Formats: sequence, C-alpha cells, structure tokens
Amino acid sequence: MTKQEALFSYCLRLGDNSLILGHRLSEWSSKAPIIEEDLALTNMALDLIGRSVAILKYAAEVEGKGHTEDDLAYRRPERKFYNNLLVEQPNGDFAVTIVRQFFNSTFEYLLYEELMKSKDETLAGIAAKTIKEIKYHLRHATDWMLRLGDGTPESHLRAQKALNDMWMFTDELFEMNEVDEILIKEGITVDLNMLKANWSKKINEVILESTLTVPTSTFMQTGSRQGIHSEYLGYIIAEMQYLQRAYPNAKW
Amino acid sequence: MLTEKEIYDILSEIPDPEIPVITIKDLGILQRVEVSENSCIVFITPTYSGCPAMKMIEDQIKEALAPHQITNISVKLIYSPAWTTDWISTEAKEKLRTYGIAPPQHSSVDKGSILGKPKELKCPQCNSKNTQMISQFGSTACKSLYKCLDCKEPFDYFKCI
Ligand SMILES: [Zn+2]
Repeated sequence: MTKQEALFSYCLRLGDNSLILGHRLSEWSSKAPIIEEDLALTNMALDLIGRSVAILKYAAEVEGKGHTEDDLAYRRPERKFYNNLLVEQPNGDFAVTIVRQFFNSTFEYLLYEELMKSKDETLAGIAAKTIKEIKYHLRHATDWMLRLGDGTPESHLRAQKALNDMWMFTDELFEMNEVDEILIKEGITVDLNMLKANWSKKINEVILESTLTVPTSTFMQTGSRQGIHSEYLGYIIAEMQYLQRAYPNAKW
Repeated sequence: MLTEKEIYDILSEIPDPEIPVITIKDLGILQRVEVSENSCIVFITPTYSGCPAMKMIEDQIKEALAPHQITNISVKLIYSPAWTTDWISTEAKEKLRTYGIAPPQHSSVDKGSILGKPKELKCPQCNSKNTQMISQFGSTACKSLYKCLDCKEPFDYFKCI
C-alpha cells in the first residue's frame, strides 16, 4: 500500500464516520423528545455532514481519479464504507442516541485534537475547524448522560441499558490496520492505542458521576476496517443513495 | 475587468443570509479576491462546517458580480485558519445587539462555558444579567437559546467559537 492509498483510505474512514452519524442524527428531525433537542440533534447532524463534505472532497483529491465528494458519498457500495460500527447503529430511544454520541464525541475530541498537529495541512486545517464543533457535541452528550443517569428510575434504567448495548462497539474505535501504520510513520495520524487510556478515563468519570455502571463485558464486535458492517448500514445507504442510483447525476 | 479591490468592495456589501443586518465582511466570512485574465476566485471561510448559508452566499456572490460582466467566478472555501467569532468587528457586534442577538464574548471568555461553567450574559433587550440558557443549540448552529428572567424575553446568543 502506498502513502497515497493509505491517505485516501484514512480520509474515507474519517469522512464516512461523519457522514453516517450525520445521517443517523438527521433522522431525529421532527421526532426528538423536545423541540430544543430537535434543534440540537439536527444542528449536530449539519456539523457532521459539513465535515464529511470537506473530508470526502479531500479524499477525492487524494484519489486523483476525477471523482467528487458526491461520487464518494452516493456511488460507493456498502463494502467500501469504512465508518465504525458504532455510528451506524440505529437511534433507538433517546438514551441510545445519547450514549452513542457520548462514546463517539469523547473519541472524536481526543482524535481531532491530535489531528490538529498532523503533518498533512488539509487534515490539520479541517481538524482545527471541527474541534470547536466537537466540543459542543461532547458537552451536549455529557450533560445528557448526567441528566439521564441521575434522573428518574426510568431514565437511569434506559441509560444503563444503552451503555450495555453500545459497549461492544467501543473497541473498534481504536482498531488500526496497515493504513494507520503507514500514516503514523508519516506523522499524518496518531497511534489510536495512545488515545484509549484517556478515553476510558474520561468516560469512566462521567459514567460514575451519572450514577451508572461502566459495562464489564469483554465481547467486542469489529469489522468496519475491512468494510464489513452490521446489517444496518445497508439500509442507510439504500436510503441515502437511492436518488443518485435511480437518476444518475440528478441535480436540483 | 474590475480590480481585486473593487470586487472586494462590491462583495463587502452582501448581507449575511441569516442575519441580514450584518454583511459577510462584518462576520469575517469574506476573505479575499484573486483576479486573473477574466476569471475571479473568491475565498470565503465557513462559520460552521455544515452551515447551509454557504451555498446561498456563493450564489449571492455570483449574483452581485453578474452585472459587472464577471461570470467566470469560483468560490472557494478555506478551513484554515478556522473561523472564529473574534473576527466579528466591534461595530457588527453592536448591530447584532440592536437586532436582538446577544453578541459573542471574546472566545477566551467562553472557554469556561465549554467546561460547563455558567456564564454571565446580558439580555440584548433590557441589559439585565439575570439570564438563563434554555438550549445550547438555537435556531442555527452558531446560536444558543437564552431567556431573560427580568423582561421574560427569549433571545439568541451568538456563541463563541
Ligand atoms: Zn431582558
């Protein structure tokens, strides 16, 4: 694998994580429990989709085959998507969405803070922009963890169940392959193992403060680095790509 | 063909689509203009990554230049350095306040709020500091929703990034 191929693949991973989570959050539009949350979740969806536009545009540039960010979003098959399994999981109840946000935003905060120092100027620039937004996402998720965990018996129960259910997707956030190996050497990205201890520390603190219990299950589900996904991604892609597949190059 | 300066001045008048009392120059979105032969590149910095107004601003830029026979225009987004509310001019902040939006404080002041500490914010209607956040995310990504506990009016706060 060349450096260029690795960078392309890495940009797809970053871009797909933002795109798929942005799509998921947008599904809350008009359905959130309260109007403030409707605004919050869809505003965060916009941040994420905006970030994916910037990253996939760069991916297309690195690939050098004349594709655009739209080609990459709307014409790639499921097996060529590299987002983490966590972000494609269904919204579930509000607690599931919050726990997913909490795990992911904590991870993104640590990752993008490192990417700001990347030797790749474009990635560093996007990271510097996006870290400001991630801070708000993280604060939102953390606030809600506290409110749900330390709220009513019902919200506590649901938050704990969501923690237990999402837990098996957390190891994959830190999984690395040849792509990481090459880019770490180039100073473009960071060793994800180095983020893990900090991630665990941060989430443990919040979970305990929320009066919840950190899950202890050791079964972990992975696969996305090879493009192997849970059944849910296919449905997202079918919905997202339908129009461009049915009416190629449609514009409005 | 107009000069870079002339084009910049024309574009400086374009109002922000979401807050029409201030211009895209006041907000620090309009960066610079590069002219060569008969093409023109306009560089803008998005406030938020997914700000839906960017497309509209791009269209407004093309529209503003059309009467000047400049048609070969490309609008480029630059992400670095990242946009910050510190780029909003003092005059523009005053215009925001008059419009009913509490202007952003200096970004260093806002650090505390990211860590969860409450912040003192003045109501743009009655200047009372007795205000409370209703939602961190308001009508657009760049705003939070507050209410004034004295005059009871809700208001938008342009959050600092
Ligand atoms: Zn007031």
